[in-house]
Amino acid sequence: MHNFTPVASLLGGILIGLSASAMLLLEGKIAGISGIFAGMLRPVSNDTAWRACFVAGLLAGGMLLRVFMPTAYDFGIIRSYGVLIVAGLLVGFGTRLGNGCTSGHGVCGISRLSARSMVATAVFISSGAITVYAFNHLVAGGR
Amino acid sequence: MKSAVTSFFAGLVFALGLGISGMTRPIKVIGFLDFFGQWDASLALVMVGAIGIYFLASRFSRTMPAPWLEPKFAIPSRTDVDRRLVAGAVLFGIGWGLAGFCPGPAITSLASGASPVAVFVAAMAVGIYVYGWTTSREVSPARDSSAGLRDAVDA
Repeated sequence: MHNFTPVASLLGGILIGLSASAMLLLEGKIAGISGIFAGMLRPVSNDTAWRACFVAGLLAGGMLLRVFMPTAYDFGIIRSYGVLIVAGLLVGFGTRLGNGCTSGHGVCGISRLSARSMVATAVFISSGAITVYAFNHLVAGGR
Repeated sequence: MKSAVTSFFAGLVFALGLGISGMTRPIKVIGFLDFFGQWDASLALVMVGAIGIYFLASRFSRTMPAPWLEPKFAIPSRTDVDRRLVAGAVLFGIGWGLAGFCPGPAITSLASGASPVAVFVAAMAVGIYVYGWTTSREVSPARDSSAGLRDAVDA
C-alpha cells in the first residue's frame, strides 16, 4: 500500500457527504458536480443561480485550501498540456453522455442504491484503472 | 434566495472535503486507479465516508414531503442501464485516469492558480459544449424542453 492516508480521506469524504446531504435535504437537489457545472454553462431558465452559487462555493473553498492547506495542491502528477486537453474533453463529453461523474454517480447515486449509478461507477473506475495501467506501461514505459 | 446561500456553503464544504481527502491531487487519484501497480486505497475511504453520510440523508429524505427550502425534490428516477450510460462512463473514466482530475476537484483546484488545471477545466467545458451540439441536432425541441432536469441532473 502506497501513500495511504486513511484518516484524512475518511474525514474529507464525510465533509463531501455532509455537503451533498445538505443539498438534498435543504434544496432537494443532487450534488453532482458535472451536472451542476454543465447546467451553468448551458443555462436552463430559473435553474442557473443555485448552480453558479455552488460553483462559487467550490472556488471559495478552493481559496481557503490555498491559504490554510496548500498541500491540497501538491498535485504530484501533472500531465502534459496535450494529455490534459484530451482528458478534459473526455471528462466533459463523457460525464454528459453518462449523466454524471464521481459525485453524482459515485456518491449520491450509489447511496440511493441506483442501479444506473452502480454500473456507471464500476465502469468509470474500471476504465480509469485500465487507462492508468496503459499509460504507465505504454506511454511512461513502465515503472 | 436562501437556497443561493446554502448552495454556496455546500459548495464550499464540498471543496474542503475534496482538498482534505486528497481528491485534488492527481497523484492520489492515479494511485487509487493503479490497481495493478502501487495501489493507494485512500480514495476508497473518501467514498466510504461520503456514502455513509449520504445513505442516511437519502433514507431520511424519503420521510420528507418536500425539501426544507424548495417546493419539491429533483431526484433522478431512471432505472434503465443503457448504452449511453456505459459509453459515457467509459469515456469519463479514460479522461479521469489520464489526468487524475474529475470535475469537482478540477474546478476547486482552479483556485490554486495553476495553469494546467485551467487548461483541463477549459477542455472539460468544451467537451460539455460539444456534447450539447451533437445532441441538440438529434433531439427535437419538444423533447428537449420537456427534459428540464434531463442531463442537468446526475443520475
